[in-house]
Amino acid sequence: MSDNISFNLNGQEVEAQPDETIWQVSQRFGIEIPHLCYSPEPGYRPDGNCRACMVEIEGERVLAASCIRTPTDGMTVNTVSDRAKQSRKMVFEMLAADQPSREVSPDPESKFWQWADNVEVSDSRLPARPTIKADSSHMAMAVNLDACISCNLCVRACREVQVNDVIGMAFRGHDSKIVFDFDDPMGNSTCVACGECVQACPTGALMEATLVDEKGVGKTDPLREVDSVCPYCGVGCQLTYQIKENEIVAVQGRSGPANENRLCVKGRFGFDYVKHPHRLTKPMIRRDDAPKSADIEIDPSNPWTHFREATWEEAIDRAGGGLKTILDRDGPSAMAGFGSAKGSNEEAYLFQKLVRTGFGTNNVDHCTRLCHASSVAALMEGIGSGAVTAPFTACRDSEVIIVIGANPTENHPVAATFFKQATKRGAKLIVMDPRGQALRKHATHLLQFNPGSDVAMLNALLNVIITEDLYDRQYVESQTEGFEELKAHIVEFTPEAMFEICGIDPETLRTVARTYARAESAIIFWGMGISQHIHGTDNARCLIALSMITGQVGRPGTGLHPLRGQNNVQGASDAGLIPICYPDYQAVGSDDVRKRFEDAWETPLDPERGLTVVEIMDAVHNDEIKAMYIMGENPAMSDPDADHARAALAKLEHLVVQDLFLTETAFHADVVLPASAWPEKDGSVTNTNRQVQMGRQALDLPGDARADWQIIQDVARRIGLDWNYDHPRDVFNEMTTVMGSFDNITWERLERENAVTYPVDGPDVPGNEIVFGDGFPTPSGRAKLVPASIIPPAEVPDEEFPMVLTTGRQLEHWHTGAMTRRSRVLDGLEPEAIAQMSSRDLFRLGLKGGDMVRVETRRGAIELKARVDGAIPEGMIFVPFCYAEAPANVLTNPQLDPFGKIPEFKYCAARVSGAAAADAAD
Amino acid sequence: MTQPATTIRKRKHPGRGRGKTRTHPKGRQIDPKVQQELRDLLGDKPRDRDLLIEYLHLIQDSQGYLPSAHLVALAEEMGIPMVEVFEVASFYAHFDIVRDDEARPPALTIRVCDSLTCEMMGARDLLKSLAEKYQGSVRVVPAPCMGRCDSAPVAEVGHNHVSAATVETVDAAITAEHTHPVLPAYRNFEAYCADGGYALLRACLKGTKDVEEVLSTLDDSALRGMGGAGFPTGRKWRFVRAGAKPRYLTVNGDEGEPGTFKDRHYLETDPHRFLEGMLVAAWAVEADRSYVYLRDEYPQIRELLQIELPKLVAAGLAPEGFIELRRGAGAYICGEESAMIESIEGKRGLPRHRPPYVAQVGLFDRPTLVNNVETLFWIRDILEKGPGWFGDHGRNGGKGMRSFSVSGRVARPGVKLAPAGITVRELIDEYCGGMADGHAFKAYLPGGASGGILPASKSDLPLEFGKLEAEGCFVGSHAVVILSDQDNMGDVARNLMRFFEDESCGQCTPCRVGTEKAVALMNNPKWDAGLLDELGRTMADASICGLGQAAANPLFSVLKHFPEEVT
Repeated sequence: MSDNISFNLNGQEVEAQPDETIWQVSQRFGIEIPHLCYSPEPGYRPDGNCRACMVEIEGERVLAASCIRTPTDGMTVNTVSDRAKQSRKMVFEMLAADQPSREVSPDPESKFWQWADNVEVSDSRLPARPTIKADSSHMAMAVNLDACISCNLCVRACREVQVNDVIGMAFRGHDSKIVFDFDDPMGNSTCVACGECVQACPTGALMEATLVDEKGVGKTDPLREVDSVCPYCGVGCQLTYQIKENEIVAVQGRSGPANENRLCVKGRFGFDYVKHPHRLTKPMIRRDDAPKSADIEIDPSNPWTHFREATWEEAIDRAGGGLKTILDRDGPSAMAGFGSAKGSNEEAYLFQKLVRTGFGTNNVDHCTRLCHASSVAALMEGIGSGAVTAPFTACRDSEVIIVIGANPTENHPVAATFFKQATKRGAKLIVMDPRGQALRKHATHLLQFNPGSDVAMLNALLNVIITEDLYDRQYVESQTEGFEELKAHIVEFTPEAMFEICGIDPETLRTVARTYARAESAIIFWGMGISQHIHGTDNARCLIALSMITGQVGRPGTGLHPLRGQNNVQGASDAGLIPICYPDYQAVGSDDVRKRFEDAWETPLDPERGLTVVEIMDAVHNDEIKAMYIMGENPAMSDPDADHARAALAKLEHLVVQDLFLTETAFHADVVLPASAWPEKDGSVTNTNRQVQMGRQALDLPGDARADWQIIQDVARRIGLDWNYDHPRDVFNEMTTVMGSFDNITWERLERENAVTYPVDGPDVPGNEIVFGDGFPTPSGRAKLVPASIIPPAEVPDEEFPMVLTTGRQLEHWHTGAMTRRSRVLDGLEPEAIAQMSSRDLFRLGLKGGDMVRVETRRGAIELKARVDGAIPEGMIFVPFCYAEAPANVLTNPQLDPFGKIPEFKYCAARVSGAAAADAAD
Repeated sequence: MTQPATTIRKRKHPGRGRGKTRTHPKGRQIDPKVQQELRDLLGDKPRDRDLLIEYLHLIQDSQGYLPSAHLVALAEEMGIPMVEVFEVASFYAHFDIVRDDEARPPALTIRVCDSLTCEMMGARDLLKSLAEKYQGSVRVVPAPCMGRCDSAPVAEVGHNHVSAATVETVDAAITAEHTHPVLPAYRNFEAYCADGGYALLRACLKGTKDVEEVLSTLDDSALRGMGGAGFPTGRKWRFVRAGAKPRYLTVNGDEGEPGTFKDRHYLETDPHRFLEGMLVAAWAVEADRSYVYLRDEYPQIRELLQIELPKLVAAGLAPEGFIELRRGAGAYICGEESAMIESIEGKRGLPRHRPPYVAQVGLFDRPTLVNNVETLFWIRDILEKGPGWFGDHGRNGGKGMRSFSVSGRVARPGVKLAPAGITVRELIDEYCGGMADGHAFKAYLPGGASGGILPASKSDLPLEFGKLEAEGCFVGSHAVVILSDQDNMGDVARNLMRFFEDESCGQCTPCRVGTEKAVALMNNPKWDAGLLDELGRTMADASICGLGQAAANPLFSVLKHFPEEVT
């Protein structure tokens, strides 16, 4: 190529690509040059400060840093001249002077010491500086700045890669110092413990606390490494477990398509739950003298008050036998199952197959119902596909990014890093959320609209785009249907009229509508702030309409992306773990489809669609459902009006729970089957980006615990199914025969490539990341625009309950807390139930942060500590639902969206009052 | 509200029950009262990121220090991370961050210059005596060169510079509450105009001057950058003109090279001659805006410019907002042009890597002309009087005139306008009235702290760009410090290395670590010449910018010319 640069490297004529540095070219030609402040990993720009990579360029007065210098035509570069080597060696000697000696270094095998070996430096003739005090204020990370070489990789990690903006290089000269915020102890700073700095640090100055001893000296035990994927959120970060004697002692980010080496606090520091003493290691059967009741409480560390140990044979016999008895007695409609979005694709597939072919019913669902069911309903209706149209990394090419009803810095932290990076590049970020949030610092606009007024606000945006003729006429005409109805519908939703409802001034609404519509490329991300309403489907319909009338889909930087919650909620839904569809969203009501699955599964299937999560609980109360098999779900914590849900669980004649711990749901079980944690099994998962990724077994199962796919098969066999899978691979192979989305994806390919995006057109080509550039998989091939009207929330504040309660998650805790509250670091960082409130509301109530409050709704009451949070508007209370001591879902309203059947977790009327302080023993 | 009557059932949880949750989100929180105070202080000033240092000054001036609560509020107000505020504030010597319960500094600070000339003139004793006298009731701190070496030692009482300072004169200033800058007697706008000032600029603005003609006049005059690099001025302007718009002009008024005080001299006497030169330069390169970066050690000049700059706008010579006066905050490194640009952008003054050069990628990543104050000072005269007025001067092969800042052991120190290429011997004899009484010429610094040291035996070298490099020295900003038989060369080199140690920005290893290790090694009575040489070579070869590359020059000079004094 003519753009290439020819230059002389160590006597050899070589070519460099434009922008390729001397270091990179050298690397390509096998020439090793030491480097400390330079990391070749994605996202790290060269900074050229350590001067460990100096090379000599003919005709230049001084040496050049090869990591940052690009060659020019005709340049003569010498990487091995005595002058260059002398200089590099002296740089190492300068740095070594101030290092703790290698034997007591926080990381004796650090990049620094490895390169020091390379340049033959082991100590220094130069005098050492005074030592710096270690900072052990953070539970997860040890800070030993004695070993710091001021290379600022951690600053770039924190500010440019993860964009968390906590670490800086302060002071000057030899006083230069890595600081957290205002030189605060790390543990008191705004650090979110993503650990990117630890992963980047070349000396061990920042280390995983688990890898150094109490004196800050690095442990040198050999670690076994296994590549896998994170079990927490839907981002699907690839990672490498570092294992010592069957225990994960550290985790490193790996370069997966969704994370590019990045992780968050959960994925990096949240794996010790698998070794928690509460872990179930033996099958258990409920004791005959342990009656069930809705408000039963069992100490998870001592289940023997209510359960007795059993052999697997007995447990499976009791579990399957109980199910079979009720099935035979009351028929399929008395049966139901909840699978899990935390398991693998194979487990999800097997579970729904068991319910459909073994129980003979479609009463199978999972937590997608509580998350994005309404989004999926609207997407299926509008564009014929429930998955994202583009990965979140598409925001790299976006001019405008809308994030609505999502708090990705807490809930999809690694996805959020890509949004924040996009804003650094110049993308406009528009955040719409009743709560303020961390992303606001990066946002061009923050629309803090009145809770529950989504449709009003979004219709106003549609109104502006249509009345100001900003829509893409050609796209609308060629690719959509229903535009005229939409146009007629939105006439009355003027920004002025909607301002009254949503509280966003008309000028801002107009500016935002114009910004989105006129952008070359714009993408919309949303979360459960959109979906968890009785008008959740309508909310999503508005977003779809916005995208469709402006043609902001199907191209780079455009699209619709509901940020999926669980690590495998996409995969579990794809695998058919929902009551209205077989795998790949094939409707159970269609005779053709059913016929195909009856042939594939060699058994007749129920033609009626099944009940959803909340409907199943109601059906228990109505004496319709009598037996359930629950795998890895915790409805006692996650269902709305949780006391009602717990009463249903207690009422079941037979409940089989398969889980890692004695969850609040398992309190009500007849049989508890000890299952496998994610690092203890093989299996594939599908993230929010439609990337199918390979999870690998890293640890042995504890005690008698079994892999979930095996347990499902054991139960299936006991109720009469003739299953003979030997490995998840067999299940995956079967899935590929009934799921077109898996075309060209094989188990072997996943093992080889770690991740494959579907749909994929061939066995050796990458998957299609951005879809629907050319029509939609709807019957007409067009996107359907569906107008939405304003439906107020089901329960609005009144005199008795004057505030709005909204619920959600927190960075450190996952879902109902079963895993994360059993992780030392995560539980340590967020140890206690809290209610986030505005300082004004607290002041009005005569309270302050840290005081106990009682939060009450028409369903129930909880008591917990108040936390002042400037992000919460006056009149609102936010309670995370992960805390068993104060379960938020005791309060929530079980009213459902009519299409997605998703409950209104995001809005109900509540009141707050002071409460007596908790006793110290807690 | 009444307490609810019913008690709530205690529920178990799987956590460890530490019961120690935070009462607020992570990290420092905003104090709403301080936030309001800060908003009042900033008023409707723009919250642009590049103004961070200006706003830190506002807080420091109003509070006497930087309270951490104000810094939290400032970060929020400007929409930048807290740590960014902290790292900038902690970089500059003139900001005093006071965190939480830390004691605030005394209301009054005396800075005593301890750079070479002042130290030679007794700054150490002065520092000691003042510290003993005030016992902490007044803060007494050493500070780098204040650009008044011709009247050393210098102490800055508040913002009042006391020349030839003694404990008595300093105390008198305190007693008289004389802590404010003294406005010098300078030629103001009206006087300057009466003398034909700004006719040139008006001609340029009217279009009666041809840019090409102006540039070739500069070429012919041999005017070179007087900041120290000596780059031909006409050529620099042409480079910048070739860049895409918008383009910026920045003026380097951060005269920090120890021993240098010529820019102060010109700004204090005839500021409009410089300003006219600046506006002609801005016209020639079609700059969108001009930034004057003035060191914080010259508060009297800041006051003067604050009086004079609005007159230019009123007279229609510059659009409103066209000239921005930016205040340094105590950092020698910001005299390095790319570090200065970083500082104008409101950041820490870290020099940038070259290439790209600032003429191509400079302020806000746009093509930027960086000129020194004195360079611009000569523009009007050269363009009015012709290139020969300037370029016809010179001795020993030098061309043009040079403003030497002479200090040390001479009879009459001061700014000496002399022909380029003059030797130090000629300079002492013809311009400085010979050596000071009782002092015998021993050695000299030809170019401030960085330019190395030459022995008296080398007193016949032309003091000109490119002529001293063979000796491992350079003339730089033409700051000549004369040393005598009463000066110990080890002390001199230590003073200079300490200065570099203090002023290193810390970005690159050779300079950050090298200066610190060099000072430690040089504090030994006997120097390890071999090790110091190795260390110095790496500093010279591998540092990012001129500071680190030149920091070892005095060390090399002393090892070469005066080894008997240190080994």
